[in-house]
Amino acid sequence: MIEKETGSSASWPLWEIFIRSKQGLDHKHVGSLHAADAAMAIENARDAYTRRMEGVSIWVVESKYLHASNPDEAASLYDPANDKVYRHPTFYDLPDELKHM
Amino acid sequence: MFSSPTIEYTLHLADNALILGHRNSEWTGHGPILEQDIALSNIALDLIGQARNFYQLAARLINEDRGPGARRAEAGEEGGVTEDDLAYLRDGWDFRNCLLVEQPNGDWGTTILRQFFFSAYQYYFYGELQKSREAGIAAIAEKSLKEVTYHLRWSGEWVIRLGDGTEESADRMKNAMDQLWQYTGELFEPAEYEQTLAAEGIAVDVREIRPMWDQRVREVLTAAQLNKGAGDWMQTGGKLGKHTEYLGYLLTEMQFLQRAYPGCEW
Amino acid sequence: MATADIEKNFQDKIDQDIRIEPKDWMPEAYRRTLVRQMSQHAHSEIVGMLPEANWITRAPSLRRKATLIAKVQDEAGHGLYLYAAAETLGVSRDEMIDQLHSGKAKYSSIFNYPTLTWADMGAIGWLVDGAAIMNQVPLCRASFGPYARAMVRICKEESFHQRQGFEILLVLSRGSAEQRRMCQDAIDRWWWPSVMMFGPNDDASPHTAQSMQWKIKRFTNDELRQRFIDICAGQVKLLGMTLPDDRLAWNEQRGHYDFGPIDWEEFRNVINGNGPCNKQRLEARVKAHVEGAWVREAAVAHARKNSDLNKEEAA
Repeated sequence: MIEKETGSSASWPLWEIFIRSKQGLDHKHVGSLHAADAAMAIENARDAYTRRMEGVSIWVVESKYLHASNPDEAASLYDPANDKVYRHPTFYDLPDELKHM
Repeated sequence: MFSSPTIEYTLHLADNALILGHRNSEWTGHGPILEQDIALSNIALDLIGQARNFYQLAARLINEDRGPGARRAEAGEEGGVTEDDLAYLRDGWDFRNCLLVEQPNGDWGTTILRQFFFSAYQYYFYGELQKSREAGIAAIAEKSLKEVTYHLRWSGEWVIRLGDGTEESADRMKNAMDQLWQYTGELFEPAEYEQTLAAEGIAVDVREIRPMWDQRVREVLTAAQLNKGAGDWMQTGGKLGKHTEYLGYLLTEMQFLQRAYPGCEW
Repeated sequence: MATADIEKNFQDKIDQDIRIEPKDWMPEAYRRTLVRQMSQHAHSEIVGMLPEANWITRAPSLRRKATLIAKVQDEAGHGLYLYAAAETLGVSRDEMIDQLHSGKAKYSSIFNYPTLTWADMGAIGWLVDGAAIMNQVPLCRASFGPYARAMVRICKEESFHQRQGFEILLVLSRGSAEQRRMCQDAIDRWWWPSVMMFGPNDDASPHTAQSMQWKIKRFTNDELRQRFIDICAGQVKLLGMTLPDDRLAWNEQRGHYDFGPIDWEEFRNVINGNGPCNKQRLEARVKAHVEGAWVREAAVAHARKNSDLNKEEAA
């Protein structure tokens, strides 16, 4: 039924998109999309993921270059928070009058 | 209808944006890939936004300018003209868009090339128009320049991708060029109302932005491995209300509801 | 670790509302069900663009023109988010699109109905988007991370879709005699298909129990359907219009509206390809894809040329 070959020769690679909003501090992963090259990926990201925002920073990475940690190793990669409870702000008892901390 | 050159000029600006926005919106749901469907719809929305700004300004000018003794009317009031009246109740001979924007979409290549030619024009045009002595016009031009800068970048990159892509895409771009080149000259031929207003510092003297447009087009076409159109003959008439056969059909579709059910709110 | 333990850990995470992420272990059936559910949801968004895009060039005012384009464009974006979420599970967008075009994958049957008047834009926004929202909000807490996050993004954007639709109908309901007739006519045609959007009755839905346990479905079909009907029955009064169901009546005992029988025959027919627009919808999508092939190929060819050029320069 489909005459033309729609296979991998015309496939655009997948890119992961990271956006930092105007008021934001970090780039957040917002999703992925297909594009043929980096310039297109950035423009597509602008068109698809920032339609309601202004003045953003966009990072794009081809998905195949994104390396992620193994979830099974999550335990050893991250300090178990319980042991080092002094890292948490609530550990410290400070007077209520102290603001902005 | 055109009680002053400024009103006619403002409608020319509005009509250009509306007709091209309308044409681009015909692609929504039918683009070659999802991401580009979204991108072109964004451009359509930007253009319709520009159109609305200009129509609202024109409506205000018309309502203020109702002639000696006429009651000053607001849009929506009895006797007041609205943006929708201007878009939906004028016939083709009162539209002042240039011929380029009413050309049919054709394939993606034709749409891209049309967008590139027009966005390059708008980029330099709005760059100058934001200095207009008519404050309302200047404000819209300044607001629109950011969007148009993006449209130019986006469409220019696509011209290059398609011109310097595959053999088939290069062929299609050559066809697109054959179709559209003859409509580019009109952009830089000032109508009488443009000349009058340019002398008053209200309108852009389009002859002056021609060299910048030429250079940008040359750069992009070179990167795209495309030749500009053959021949010097340019079609003209849109700015004076003499359109191609396409505009009639376009307006028929666009204006149907307002014409079939006159005087209604939607 | 024994399989039984791994499965128990998996279900424990779900029970504790801990998100499952793409690289986590998951039962094959969970992965398959998710891929099918997310891709079908994505297909629905894309096909769903068509009945509304149908009226873009005829939108009767500049404001309606702009907001309709924005709405349809949002739907393209939603399809994008959902395809992206599905791709995290190892299926490619190309594969999913091929399944849609070959008829193997389904999409929401509601989009196989025609949009015949401008009022249909209002009815779709109010009823179809209303039903979709009812389905989607609970999915913001779906167990699969990418799906839940896509749904959060989608729900944030949906908020104006339904309001836009209702407003269109409200303006019509206060307009001329013909506009009021247009309004009622659209409601009459879109009501029952919207009610059917929630799927078969619970006792005819064999997958519901498993999906609920896996938290990729948070409420049953009948629960959502009842909630939808209750809300719409109230809202329609604001329009001064009626819903085409003479059995619709408030039941004080149940605390819900009673409603008439659903024509499951029609539902099955439309799902199986006999709806008024099934062929056209699919043809439009296939056409766009086939006619766009040269564009996609050109972009890839150009990108390759550029990267080859870069390699040469770097050498």
